[in-house]
Amino acid sequence: MFEVPSVADLNVAASLPVTLLALGACVFLLVDLFIPQDRKYITAGLAAGGMLVALVLALLMWGDVIELRDGDTAFSELFIADTMTHVVNIVVLITGLLGVLVAYNYLERTKIQRGEYYYLILFTTTGVMLMGGANDLAVVFVALELLSIPLYILSGFRWPQEESEESAMKYFLLGAFASSFLVYGIALIYGATGTTSLPGIWEAVNDIVAEDAASKYLLLLGSGLALVGLGFKVAAVPFHMWTPDVYQGAPTSVVAYMSVAAKVGGFAALIRVLVAGMPNFVLDGETVAAWQDTVWLVAALTMLLGNIVAIAQTELKRLLAYSSIAHAGYILIAVAAAGTASVADEAVRAVMIYLMAYAFTNVGAFAVVIALEKDDATNTGLDSVRGLARTNPLLAAAMTVFMLSLTGIPLTSGFVGKWFVFKAALSADLVPVAVIGVVTSLVSAFYYLRVVWLMYFEDGESEASTPWPLASAIGISVAGTLLLGFVPYLLSEMTNDITLAFGG
Amino acid sequence: MGDISLVSLVFILPLLGVLALIFEPLFERQTNEQAIRWLTLGVSLGTFGLSLLMLNNFDTGVAGLQMEHKIDWIEADGFTIRYYVGVDGISVWMVMLTTFIMPLAILASFGPIQERVRLYYIFLLLMEWAMIGVFIAQDLFLFYVFWEVTLVPMYFLIGIWGAEERIYAAIKFFLYTMAGSLLMLLAVLWLGNEAGTFTLPEIIEQIQTGELSLGTTTERWLFLAFAIAFAIKVPMWPLHSWLPDAHVQAPTAGSVILAGILLKMGTYGFVRFNLPLFPEASKTFAPYIAGLAVIGIIYGAWVSYGQKDVKKLVAYSSISHLGFVMLGIFALNSTGIQGGILQGVNHGISTGGLFLMVGMLYDRRHTKLMAAFGGIWKAMPLFSGISLVIVLSSMGLPGLNGFVGEFTILLGSAGSEILSWWFTAFAALGIIMAAIYMLYMFNTVFMGELDKEENRNLPDLNWQELWSLIPIVVMVFVIGLQASIFFDLMDESAEALAAPYVANPNAEALVELNTGDVELAVALWAISGAVIGVVVTPIIYSGRGRNPWSGGLVGAAAGAAGNLLLLVPLWVYTPALEVDEHALPATSEAPGD
Repeated sequence: MFEVPSVADLNVAASLPVTLLALGACVFLLVDLFIPQDRKYITAGLAAGGMLVALVLALLMWGDVIELRDGDTAFSELFIADTMTHVVNIVVLITGLLGVLVAYNYLERTKIQRGEYYYLILFTTTGVMLMGGANDLAVVFVALELLSIPLYILSGFRWPQEESEESAMKYFLLGAFASSFLVYGIALIYGATGTTSLPGIWEAVNDIVAEDAASKYLLLLGSGLALVGLGFKVAAVPFHMWTPDVYQGAPTSVVAYMSVAAKVGGFAALIRVLVAGMPNFVLDGETVAAWQDTVWLVAALTMLLGNIVAIAQTELKRLLAYSSIAHAGYILIAVAAAGTASVADEAVRAVMIYLMAYAFTNVGAFAVVIALEKDDATNTGLDSVRGLARTNPLLAAAMTVFMLSLTGIPLTSGFVGKWFVFKAALSADLVPVAVIGVVTSLVSAFYYLRVVWLMYFEDGESEASTPWPLASAIGISVAGTLLLGFVPYLLSEMTNDITLAFGG
Repeated sequence: MGDISLVSLVFILPLLGVLALIFEPLFERQTNEQAIRWLTLGVSLGTFGLSLLMLNNFDTGVAGLQMEHKIDWIEADGFTIRYYVGVDGISVWMVMLTTFIMPLAILASFGPIQERVRLYYIFLLLMEWAMIGVFIAQDLFLFYVFWEVTLVPMYFLIGIWGAEERIYAAIKFFLYTMAGSLLMLLAVLWLGNEAGTFTLPEIIEQIQTGELSLGTTTERWLFLAFAIAFAIKVPMWPLHSWLPDAHVQAPTAGSVILAGILLKMGTYGFVRFNLPLFPEASKTFAPYIAGLAVIGIIYGAWVSYGQKDVKKLVAYSSISHLGFVMLGIFALNSTGIQGGILQGVNHGISTGGLFLMVGMLYDRRHTKLMAAFGGIWKAMPLFSGISLVIVLSSMGLPGLNGFVGEFTILLGSAGSEILSWWFTAFAALGIIMAAIYMLYMFNTVFMGELDKEENRNLPDLNWQELWSLIPIVVMVFVIGLQASIFFDLMDESAEALAAPYVANPNAEALVELNTGDVELAVALWAISGAVIGVVVTPIIYSGRGRNPWSGGLVGAAAGAAGNLLLLVPLWVYTPALEVDEHALPATSEAPGD
């Protein structure tokens, strides 16, 4: 029954960036043992170098410079290397690189410098990349665990400190719970369709819909449970409870990285499972996918709760946590829009564009928090930015750019993301959720602008330390945010031929 | 159209200025604030020079866009979003207004702004760049980008350099105006999706040829989404409440820009988007919008009169003046639109001047309360003389710019096929009320005895202040006496805009004027003047401890006489109209002149 495929048939080349990074992470794990404690910059450098190589590979594959001779699937069709895979790779690798840059000095001065940090980041990154290319529900699950488990550890990285331990514990318990939802969902989907392969599911769903078989209820339940599990990863309401506590307790450099990486992974999974696997799951008398209503309802709740609760926050990290919940809501709008067949490509592209835009901005915003944070992990309140414009004008200017981008003001990447998301929503006739989206954007303007006004309009003794890796990470983030804002062409070009349809 | 056009040059220069200011610290070891000021002034004057060149190149015979410049910007899902700019007879004046006001605002900041100088001028130039962008953008995406971007520098200008309540005012300004524009964002996306393009001229063409038909309900919704965004910006009553806060708290240059240019983005938006894109809905909603405009005229004037603070008085007077502009535009004929646009320019010039004036008073006395002044003429004769011209221009004295605009608007609305004469009659009341509050303010601040010790030794204007006011005074007279140069340029574009709304496009809208209506309106106008004189003047008088009855008589006489004076031009115009009517191509043989 089990046929062992030869290595030549595996078409490893298609998965080159992720395979290479996985191997690299394993090798660095060993190498780190021989690196003395006072020279951990070597580990950091190795990790960054590994990701840089993977990034270059991903870019080359995206640009078709590396041609795949044996098609774009690898490992007996478990893995697929299409445009979305490449884009996910590019986004998460950039995030990972920025994550290493912001981390090194922070770990050093808060005395938690350990080599594990860097390869845990590599493993998470590998998990996200694997998720981007998942072509089978089994891979989705493995990738999800690969990206989650290192993040649980990283959250507790400052372990004698209670907040950090609490953060890791909460994240782990709830995360494990969510994973079990996903597994159960996968099991039910398998029960309904008889396969875990996404193309196989797509075909099976076609039959189920055509025959109106009773297994559609099983499928409905399965996809719903999968949505719960993945909704947890992207911090969608009502599965968001962990987010503020984890973000507040975890070391800030971890948060900077995971707030983007986990989201990229979660949304890649949602797209693979829902949009690639069962866009054709249309119930009787409907014209759109069965999961669309649920997803947009979740999107609306997420935007409303995230933005409204964020207003009341006085802690910068918690504020950004709620803001990241809110942004999950905006991206979910596009996922919902993908449930309308004619809009699917446009919507998937909107998700990718939003994630790319969000990556630079959000890592940048957390990087500013890192610069402000004291060595004992205090001074992350809103007050910490008071009067920053006078004491450190460049940092204040950078934070302003990030806040404007998160608000969605034009000429920043955040606006481009929202533009594409709302456009997809209107194309799919999801007017109510688009209206909720713009109204909550307005709400968000208040708390983002409050950060700006504390920096510019009020006086205070704000202090910040910006060693060069952190400064360059912030610089790259600002440049990315503005560049993508002024030249959205880059984003639209990058995602130009994203298409997921099987058989269609 | 690949060649770079003058319009693009006008647009780019302020941005180059911003970049120069941002990177200025790299070239100088120590910040030289004077150099920054002059650099900014130079950039804004250069922009003004380029815009004059643009004006010179403008072809008055063309209704459509000129000096276009088109570059593809984003391509996605079969849509092309373009950097597409150009000017027509309407936007050209908006650009000119912007480039004219900015150097004055910059010059007027030389003295008062001594803190965070570089940041301040960066935001001013950023503001100029974004505002020019709004007026020249011909792509919905591009327009929306600049529309939103203008919020950011103004937020900082109010928030950093404003008065005591600046933070509240800044955030209110930002959120209030953003609320409107987000609805517009959805409308823009919707319209783009329906039309398959975001390029404005293409969409307008589709609508005119009937290729794109939105359906009544959709059209109305889209109209409202755009209209609310613009109405907040204008601001129209009852969406005006951000304005007094923002105007009063902003630094002088900020108020000048807000009142002078930013508000015109709203009226311009109505003309550029609502009229050509949604002809049916515009017709449906015109009476309501005109009604709100008239309420705004009366309300703004009424509230202005109640103010104790000069800056608040000027701020509320903007609501009243902008009501006129809106009334003109929604008269939906060429005369009204032209009057509206010109009045927009006029308001920019005279209210800009008023805010400069208030700023100069504030810099000397650090108060804006009218009660703190009195008899300023004796201390600062030069300043007071110039102020008188600006005040008279703002209240619409014949011979000065305000009169031309308001009178044209009233002619337009009286001749409107959609609005009844009531609108004109009530709007005319606004002119009288403007005279009351403006003269009351002038009287309290400048006339009378110099009875406050602190005011005795106020220095008269310094050279920066003088030179920021002189161009305004010059323009007040130029527009007042020679308005035809302005109308000539916008004639074709306004005709084209009004064409779908005028039953007989060959006939001047004025000809439709029913003489009976006019006489009634005129009578009402004169009587109302007298009534207001009788009622209001005693209140003023008694408030100042004089015999109210003599005041009432004087007021009634003055009000009625003033109104009769306003009739003279109407009589002068009316025969000309009747002649026009005969000269019109009623038959096929049209006399071409």
